Amino acid sequence: MSGIVEIVIAGLILLGAAFVLIGSWGLVRLPSTMERLHGPTKATTLGLGGLLLASVVFFQVRLGVWTAHELLISLFLFITAPISANMIAKVHLHRARTGDRPDHDGIAGPPPRPDPDGEGEWATFEAPHTDTQASIENP
Amino acid sequence: MIKRLLPHPALTAMLVVVWLLMANSITVGGILLGLVFGIVLPKFTEPFWPDRPRVRFRGALLGYVGLVLYDIVVANFEVARLILFRRNRDLRSRWLVVPVALSSPEAITVLAATISLTPGTVSSDVSADGRFLLVHALDVADADAEIARIKTRYEAPLLRIFA
Repeated sequence: MSGIVEIVIAGLILLGAAFVLIGSWGLVRLPSTMERLHGPTKATTLGLGGLLLASVVFFQVRLGVWTAHELLISLFLFITAPISANMIAKVHLHRARTGDRPDHDGIAGPPPRPDPDGEGEWATFEAPHTDTQASIENP
Repeated sequence: MIKRLLPHPALTAMLVVVWLLMANSITVGGILLGLVFGIVLPKFTEPFWPDRPRVRFRGALLGYVGLVLYDIVVANFEVARLILFRRNRDLRSRWLVVPVALSSPEAITVLAATISLTPGTVSSDVSADGRFLLVHALDVADADAEIARIKTRYEAPLLRIFA
């Protein structure tokens, strides 16, 4: 392996690792749940992106093959990461509404209603529909 | 006949490509096995997508993916700077209520996922009638400007893709 390729791979690994570290540091130091949620999103995008790119370059140079698994890893991450963040945010919404931990609203304060003057409601608070199969079986 | 056998050609093509990527080699056997999955799985999952939207696979979709990847890289450095150098009491976290003009659930899902993937904003919920997204932003000076940015930068291309 020539020196220049090693430098590129090392640079990519360091970049990825730096963003994973910063994301974790954000998880520790940001003040409340919703702000903390922003930390790990960095780790899953550019952090892992750098590490996976380094892996592609390494296997291409060392073994002379193009690997596609890194592409799949990032594809699955891009599908799953927003969903887990969404789940945590929804739990936070419910806790803020029920007053479970009222002192943990964070900097942004309590979440607003969808429509300032209407009767709109967020989907997570919506009562289950009465005409679905599950609600008929478990009234 | 073709429509009965392949109810969702795009899903079939995607399953074959993902299978070949998983196997990490292109062989006749791999393509055949991928085709078996590509034909059987859409048949079995057909009841899950009764009103699937029409998607325009062309330049618009590729341009959108490129735009999002670019924004992810830029926003990563922005949020890293916030985490490292901004004091907690100077952080301007806000809730944003983003009005959504997209109508199909799939399009709204793509918009919400885009917002979550670009660092600095996390989409938290959608309103029960599907007309608003609840977004939490880590540091925003002007809420209205940020909402307008999301609408012009991400929603406008999606409106064209899911037309």
